Order: sequence, then structure tokens, then C-alpha cells
Amino acid sequence: MAELAAAPRVWGGRARLLAWLQEYGVYASVLALLLFNVVFTPHFLEVANFRTQLIQVAPVVITSLGMALVIGTEGIDLSVGAVMALASAMVVLYLGYGAPVAIVAALIAGAAAGAAGGALVAHVGVQPIVATLALLVGVRGVANVLVPQLTEFRNPTLITLGSRSVLGLPLVVIVAAVLTVLVAFLIKRTIFGRQLVAVGGNRAASRLSGLPVRRVLVTVYVISGLLAAVAGVLATSRLQASDPTSLGLLMELSAITAVVVGGTPLTGGRVRVLGTVMGALLIQLLQATLIKHNLPQSWTQMVQAVIILAAVYAARGRRA
Amino acid sequence: MTTTTTTAADADPGTDARCGPGMSRRERIGHLLQHHGALMVLAVTVVVGALVFDSFATPQNAANIVVSSSFLAIVAIGMTFVIISGGVDLSVGSSFVLAGVLAAYGSRYGLLVALLLPLSVCGAIGLVQGLIVARTGMAPFIVTLAGLLGMRGLMLAVSDEGANTYLVQNDAFSALGQASFLGLTVPVWITLGLALLGGVLLQRTGFGQNVYAIGGSEEAAVLMGVPVTRVKVLVYLISGLLAGLAGALNAARLSSGVTILGAGMELDVIAAVVIGGTLLTGGSGGLIGTMAGVLLLGVIQSLINQIGVLTSSFQQVVSGAFLALVVVAQRILHRAQRLS
Repeated sequence: MAELAAAPRVWGGRARLLAWLQEYGVYASVLALLLFNVVFTPHFLEVANFRTQLIQVAPVVITSLGMALVIGTEGIDLSVGAVMALASAMVVLYLGYGAPVAIVAALIAGAAAGAAGGALVAHVGVQPIVATLALLVGVRGVANVLVPQLTEFRNPTLITLGSRSVLGLPLVVIVAAVLTVLVAFLIKRTIFGRQLVAVGGNRAASRLSGLPVRRVLVTVYVISGLLAAVAGVLATSRLQASDPTSLGLLMELSAITAVVVGGTPLTGGRVRVLGTVMGALLIQLLQATLIKHNLPQSWTQMVQAVIILAAVYAARGRRA
Repeated sequence: MTTTTTTAADADPGTDARCGPGMSRRERIGHLLQHHGALMVLAVTVVVGALVFDSFATPQNAANIVVSSSFLAIVAIGMTFVIISGGVDLSVGSSFVLAGVLAAYGSRYGLLVALLLPLSVCGAIGLVQGLIVARTGMAPFIVTLAGLLGMRGLMLAVSDEGANTYLVQNDAFSALGQASFLGLTVPVWITLGLALLGGVLLQRTGFGQNVYAIGGSEEAAVLMGVPVTRVKVLVYLISGLLAGLAGALNAARLSSGVTILGAGMELDVIAAVVIGGTLLTGGSGGLIGTMAGVLLLGVIQSLINQIGVLTSSFQQVVSGAFLALVVVAQRILHRAQRLS
């Protein structure tokens, strides 16, 4: 539909502005918000504050990375929040066998959920939005059945993972940073990355030129499930508790917002990893700014809505 | 999401209503399953439920299922229009909650305000979403996602960040959600009326045919001279209005504007529509299927309650599995039809 309505247009000043906004808008916005806070928000430049912001944004960044890959293939993964809850439930269930086993079980569950979604999309040809919608409903149900109520636990390894710092940086943040570099490497430097972008850009052409389209699609959803599971494990470790009813609720919306605001087009064929991280940071900063200036939560959501629309509108200008 | 492989069957407006001669037996079975599959499964589930559980097939339980399904059904009617036109409306859950809060707030100024305030706000937001989708060509999914967030924010702003639950202070308005007529509450009768009206609108009017045409192939619809922009705007307006109405009626039933119910409702609604045989690619489907889909979700919930030991989380598992099953079956039918 996007292609249809966006008639060919001359690259005038407006189109160029939109293109610039899509490319650098997210960086400019983050910078502007940072500057605003440095000037107007008391105690903003303190280390403790930065730490809190980074710890809070880490799970969003990790799930957004997976979402960015899926959106790069012209897909969408609505199940990431539910997969976080499932991973959290698995951690609690398998904690008796030790933290490593619990974490591996959580990651396997996440990958399996991703594989199910990927198989529906790649092999059956179900639209990504429906396939992952079914997963969202079903997977959260499974998580709730496995762990029916809020369960607290104390495990030294998970406390370390969730709350310790190395060289002043929280482990959670380091994990997010490492995963960002890995995903960036995957996209820029590997054959799989090339194939992913090709499949998202033009699936028919990719198939005709012999790319393993189905395998690429399944792999992408598996990666998204894995990353969501990592985010779920980290969130659970930090809380020292698992609550599958609420953990990761609406995470899919935050992740999609981060990706879209970061300049990755919903039409696929392009993945912007750093932009996605910046998108997640922008939303986090925005929330923090509004809270620090005593503006309520309701404002954040309304501003977020406007930012999404603006980001997609700018992307549309670029497509034309 | 926007690139759809459109088959000739999809593009022909209102194909689903006709199952004419000249079709092979296989095609006919495919059509039947696609469009009445949900109804058949519903019938089978009800019969099995009645045989297995003594307390399932009682008039009281049937009334319970119908009453609790009616709100989802009203929203699903609007969603069916949107999905047939090739779009999707993720904002209905937020719209439902916002309408409930606005209706409860407005009820202190009388029945008329309690109804008109939510309807006008939700209708207006639906209209704006429709305008953005139709005029800018942005993906409906993302526009209504923004709508979801915006309306949730608006709801929080109206209700003091969710802390303030307005109580309904108007007996006439409460009666709208609670009073019974011939054994069923008023919302059920409203649902029936709206489903009938929607069915006529979809199958028997030019507007309905245009909705199918746009969903089947927007390009072809433009070339045929269908007023695409107007139809799209109307479709999202209808969806917003119905979500608003359902939210207001729910507030009347509960006598308060509850701020937490209804989040995530959009997913149940989409699931019901898809289970009912309406394809998310647009251009095909209908309201009978949607109603069957809504009732099926209600019956599954009721059966799980009957089993007793199972928690309501099982309903999510079953709904999710069922949705997956339905879409896989639809794809297989779709392929079979194309091959034959």
C-alpha cells in the first residue's frame, strides 16, 4: 500500500529534510534531549543516574535488536514480550538444577518459540503478524500455566548477573552492548546478514537467485526468540523474581517503536543496528525527562505516539 | 506486510457470498471450510461440551457466554470491516478502555453525555487514523499502534494516571449495560442489531462491495473508480465508534470506568476475526464467521472453567494453538484452491 500511495516526487527541500530526518533524526533527537537534560534537569549528570537509565534500557535494547532483524525481512515479531515471560518461567522451573541449566533452558525455550513462529512464516506462508500473534497469546498462556503466580527466589549466580558491575559497568549493560556488536557484525560482515537484507528487500528475487529464503527467515525468528529470552533472563535476574503475567507485557510495542524510530523501514531490506539502540535510548530518555520534570506517564505515551508517526512519515518520504 | 499476492478469487468483491455453479467439488469444500469452518467447529465444540459436562448446556451458562462475549463481538464487527479492507486496527483495546473511563466520567452529566462523549472521542480518533492511513499511505499497523499508545496516554491523563476510577452516576445509563430483556442483557441485543446492520452494510450495499474491492486489490479498486480514501476513512471511523460503544456499554455493566481491563483486547479481537475465516490479507471474509469466532473463544473459556482444575491461563494456550491451527488450515485451503 505504501508504494501505491507514495507517488513519485521531485527531491525538493521537504523530501531532502525527511530523508535527513530518517537517517540522522534519532541521533539528533537523543543529542537534543541529552543537552536539554544537562541544562534543565538537576542531578542529571551524576553517574548513578546514567547507570539507572542504562540498566533500565538494556532489556529493551536486546529485544529491539531481534525485532530489527525480523523487520529487516519485512516481518514483525509480536511474541517477544511473551517469550520474555516464558524465559522467566523456565528460569524459575529449572533453578533447582543450578543457574546455568536454568539459563540454558530459558534460551532453548525462547529459540523454540522463535522457531515455531519462523516455521509458520517461512514454511506455511502465514503472515508474520498473525503467526506471532498466535504465539503471543499461546506462549504467555504456557508461561502462566508453568508458573501461575509471582515466584521469588534467591540465587547467587543470578544476583551477580542481574546486579553486579564490572569496571563500573553493570553486567546487564555489558551483555546488551556485546549483543549489539554481535548483531551489527552479523548484519555487516556475514553472508547471513547479506542474505537477510536481500530477503527483506525482494523475496522473489532472492528466491530466484537461489538464496535459502526459508532458512534465513526461520533463523531470523529464532534469533529474535533467543534475544527476547536473554532479555527475560536478565530482567528475572535483576528482580530475583518471576511473574509471567506481567513480565515483558507490551514489550513488543517498545521494541517496534525503538526499531521504527531508529530508521529501519517497515518495508524491509534494511537493518539499522545503532539506530535501533538509539531509538531505545531515545524512548528511555524521554520517559526519564518527563518523569524528572513531574510530567505524568500519560504524557510519555502520547509523545511516543507522535514520535512513531513522525518516524514512519519520514521513512515514507524516503521510500518515494 | 503490505505486499500481498492477490489471487483472482480474492480480488472479486464479495466472492465469499457466492458459491455458484462452475466450481469443482474440491473448490466448494474449500470455500465451505474457509467461510463456515468456525461455525462448524463451534457446533461440534458445543455438542461435545454438552455431552461431557452436565452444567454446560444450561440456559444460564449459554446466557453467560453470550453476555460476556457481546463486548468483544461489538469491537470485532468493526475490526472485520477494517481487516476486509486490507488494514488492521490495533487501537481498539485502548479505545475500549478510554471509552469506558469517558462514559463513567460523563454519566454525571446525564445519559446523553455518557454515550456521546466516548463515541465522539473514539470516533474522532478513528477518523484521524483513517485519514492518516488513507492519505499518507503509512502502514495501518503502525498508525494504529501510535493510536494505541496515544489513547492509552489520554486514558491515563483523564483518570489521574489510572488512580481515579469514576463511578457511573446515572441509573438510566447503568440500565443500558445491566437491564435484561427476554432473558438477555441489553448489550446482547445491541450486538445482534449491529451484527445484522453490519452484515447488510457489508453484503448488500455499494460501500460493502467497495470495502471488499479495496482489500482484494487496492490498485484495481483505484482503477475501477472506487473512492478509496473515503472508504478507508469510513472503515476506521466505524471501528473506532464500535470500540467506543463497546467500552461505554462495558462501563455501564460494571458501573465504573475500569482503567485496566481491555488492554490487549485488540489481540483477542483480531484472533476472533481470523478464526472466523476473514483473511488478514484483506478482500475476503464476513461477519457470520466473526460472530462464530467470538462465540468460539467464549465457549472455549466456558469449557475450561467447567473443567475447573485448569486455570484461565489454559484458555490462552488453547486460543493461541487454535489460532495457529486456523491460519495453517487457511493457508493449506488457499493453496489447494489455487492449484485446482
